[in-house]
Amino acid sequence: MARNINMRIWRGNVTDGGLENVVVEANEGEVVLDVIHRVQATQMGDLAVRWNCKAGKCGSCSMEINGKPRLACMTQLSSFKEDETITVTPLRAFPVIKDLVTDVSFNYRKAMEVPAYAHPVNLAPGEARMEQVDVERSQEFRKCIECFLCQDTCHVIRDHEENKKSFAGPRFFIRIAELDMHPLDTLRNRKKTAQEEHGLGMCNITKCCTEVCPEHIRITDNAIIPMKERVVDVKYDPLRWLGSKISKREGIV
Amino acid sequence: MSGVFSATRAKISEKTLRTDRWWLQPAFIVLVLTSFIIYSTFRAFENNNYFSASNSLISPFYSPCLSKACVDGASLVGTPFGIFHIFGATVSPSLFILLFPLGFRLTCYYYRKGYYRSFWMSPPACAVAEPHKTYTGETRAPLILQNAHRYFFYAGLVLNVFLSIDAVLAFRRQVNGEMQWGHVSVGSLVLLANATFLWLYSLSCHTCRHTIGGRLRNFSKHPVRYKAWTYVSILNHKHQNFAWISLFGVALADLYVRQVSSGSITNFFFF
Repeated sequence: MARNINMRIWRGNVTDGGLENVVVEANEGEVVLDVIHRVQATQMGDLAVRWNCKAGKCGSCSMEINGKPRLACMTQLSSFKEDETITVTPLRAFPVIKDLVTDVSFNYRKAMEVPAYAHPVNLAPGEARMEQVDVERSQEFRKCIECFLCQDTCHVIRDHEENKKSFAGPRFFIRIAELDMHPLDTLRNRKKTAQEEHGLGMCNITKCCTEVCPEHIRITDNAIIPMKERVVDVKYDPLRWLGSKISKREGIV
Repeated sequence: MSGVFSATRAKISEKTLRTDRWWLQPAFIVLVLTSFIIYSTFRAFENNNYFSASNSLISPFYSPCLSKACVDGASLVGTPFGIFHIFGATVSPSLFILLFPLGFRLTCYYYRKGYYRSFWMSPPACAVAEPHKTYTGETRAPLILQNAHRYFFYAGLVLNVFLSIDAVLAFRRQVNGEMQWGHVSVGSLVLLANATFLWLYSLSCHTCRHTIGGRLRNFSKHPVRYKAWTYVSILNHKHQNFAWISLFGVALADLYVRQVSSGSITNFFFF
């Protein structure tokens, strides 16, 4: 059954902007992206919004809904009270371009800073063999749809613009963890560079990245904390360091 | 202006637009942890009412009792530490051991989340702007010492062994001046529950998960460690719950022993 809902939508650009009130029709079963499209079609023809799959798999429609980083296409209107005003703003950790669209190129720059998978030189393409148990940890991280909600909610960069230079963010910590846990990757200094170049030590594990992940990747428990422990192995644990000198154990680089 | 108020970000004057009661969880954590800190500090310095010889009960705050200041019968493995006095008061035996469980919880990955959010407000909640102008995380002293978590974990395991022995010894009762085995009291169940909760908390720890197998690159080459890692991973999923249960457990176990040893209540024996 159709009803009218109250919304506040942020409109503007990098120089100025603000929240604008709007009343829009909503139907049963709809999501926030549906009513944003209706607003765009009926009241704000020039409203800028980024979207694509409408199925929670492309990561395009990331925005903040009632202050929480969420995918608009996966946020059911039924999750709000009937008389609740729904406030929609662009991601607040990134520069705004127009209305609900932000410039997320920071993330692509950080992606380029993470060295790619390094295949063993003695293994020709097609010869690589891996056991399922060795890759299933990494497979969880491959679910990432790059919506950058984790990056948006991470206070290290959200609240401190100056940290963007030295902090890769949770999305790229799972990438680094994926590669460091990869049974065939030959690049052995990922632990040290995670700490020294990608800013893993800046993370104070407050788990907001895990809370907002639409793919329910356990970013903190399965990637960041394991990487922090691996960093301790090579940088802060004197006994492990001694052990590595004596036995030359793999992975202690 | 920095953070969400930076020049290039969307111009929004509020620190957060969240409409839920995001402040409730940090407020609750402040209340509970502050209460625990006050109670445990009082008990650590009280230096009294921590051992009941007739009921074979010792407070987890005082076990193992390693000081010559320990009351008769409370020490399980000797008393390597002498009697010290500060400002005329005897240093409590509790102070020789409390550093380890305190350090374990202080550097615990779950508690870090809890107190960074609630006490330090860094951030107070997700997508709620923090009040600090600068932030360096755990890259400098003193927070870089969080990396010592594994050493507190190892020490915690040793303490768990002692507390488990205490729980076993609590299944005794003094009859005609002699300690007899095979009796069960409320106190024995309290100490048993406390030891169980502490083991669950320790074994679900992220460092435990890493040590047991998480650091491996090839699980297939270490099937036993892989199996152990899968079990610890299941426990790890509930680490937060075990952190709270064991915190309440240790405080309540101490309170019970205190009340029994001070004579306020009688330890009820089922048989």
